[in-house]
Amino acid sequence: MPQLKLETLSIGSLEKIALDVPPGEVICLSGSSGSGKSRLLRAVADIEPHNGKISLDDKEQNKIPGHQWRRQVMLVPAQSAWWYETVGEHFNKPMDEALKVFGFPAEATGWQVSRLSSGEKQRLALIRALSYEPSALLLDEPTANLDVETTNKVEKWLLAKIQKHQYPVIWVAHSKEQIQRVGSRHFEIQGSHLVEREISQ
Amino acid sequence: MSVIDLTWWQLSLAAALVVALAICTHIARLQLGKPLIVAAVRTAVQLALVGVILEALFAVGTLLWVSLLGLAMLLFAGQQVVSRQKYRLRGGWSFAIGTLSMLVSAFSVTILSLVVLIGPQPWYQPQYSIPLLGMLLGNTMTGVALGLDRLTESMRRSSDIIENRLMLGETWRQASIEFRRDAMRAGLMPTINSMAAAGIVFLPGMMTGQILAGTSPTVAVKYQILIMFTIAAGTGFGTFVSVGMCAKHLFDQRERLCIDRLKELKSP
Repeated sequence: MPQLKLETLSIGSLEKIALDVPPGEVICLSGSSGSGKSRLLRAVADIEPHNGKISLDDKEQNKIPGHQWRRQVMLVPAQSAWWYETVGEHFNKPMDEALKVFGFPAEATGWQVSRLSSGEKQRLALIRALSYEPSALLLDEPTANLDVETTNKVEKWLLAKIQKHQYPVIWVAHSKEQIQRVGSRHFEIQGSHLVEREISQ
Repeated sequence: MSVIDLTWWQLSLAAALVVALAICTHIARLQLGKPLIVAAVRTAVQLALVGVILEALFAVGTLLWVSLLGLAMLLFAGQQVVSRQKYRLRGGWSFAIGTLSMLVSAFSVTILSLVVLIGPQPWYQPQYSIPLLGMLLGNTMTGVALGLDRLTESMRRSSDIIENRLMLGETWRQASIEFRRDAMRAGLMPTINSMAAAGIVFLPGMMTGQILAGTSPTVAVKYQILIMFTIAAGTGFGTFVSVGMCAKHLFDQRERLCIDRLKELKSP
């Protein structure tokens, strides 16, 4: 069971962040816009230069090549990019079951990328990331462009996957309700450090 | 066969044609008169200077002077590559990559064709080496400049795509393959087109020049084919090396995209 561990991580205005993410747990992260939530995730995914130590189990981030780290510690950005003609070409393996859960027809893999709406892109980006079978997940506002009903569906599906594969997860979320529904713990960025918040029931 | 020399007043008649064109465009308010005249004067002055230098070089003909002229041409070509970029790498890297790739392609292909293919005595005889190097450098320079410009421009525009591909665990090579492929194509297309159209759409300049100078068309054609092939090889390898090095330099040792290593050239 993989455990994600951040020690003395510094990036941007954030300093000496320490955070343990046990397997199967969702750490929710909130903070005002510009507080550095996304950059924190980018540092954990090693897509941006940073200081400090990050490890997945006994594997240290800077001891393995960047692309191998990112294949395991998968970041799903708030805005996804698409580069091939059709949706299906972006998947690492067929994801029929996930497409069905999200209400896509089976032929969605043949859809033109240029005609996707922002909500469709957001759901498909999650499916794409999981098709690579990562070991940990970093989610940057994964339901920002979705309506209430779809948000519930996506949350349920993600939580089921997280339970099944025991992913450690850092989930950037804004709404208190969502944090209550998905979070094991909740941290808020205040200035240069994280403050733990009670998850009120 | 002897060559009919041109007198200076005959050349000035040709110049009169350019002046007439400039006057016409001026009257038609097309605003091309001035740049046309400036370019024409530059051609005359630069070529006259080269003529003087080549006359002197042919008279001396030592390896040292041939190498010095070759080096000067190389550095000038490197400068030209940089000046044609919309986005440059910080810290002189564009110049370094451009110059190095032309050094390993244009120079080695020139030396190879001199020593192995043409075989003048001595091998660096300026009558052969300097025109050959000049043609190779000129074409390689265009290929390298086009390739680098396409690469940096497209990678900058699509940095979100590259980063998203990195996030899915692709290596820097996988994440940049489409951009490197397009850049290679942009650098090589002019050469491929000119090889495909040579002799049908146009008569290549060197061959025309040799025929005018009295060489038999068969010999001129053979030289032209040799030049076309060496230009293709020089341009291809030069573009290949420069695009590969530039793409690599846009990622750090952790394979992160470093698009801030590019700076936009302020247009004057």
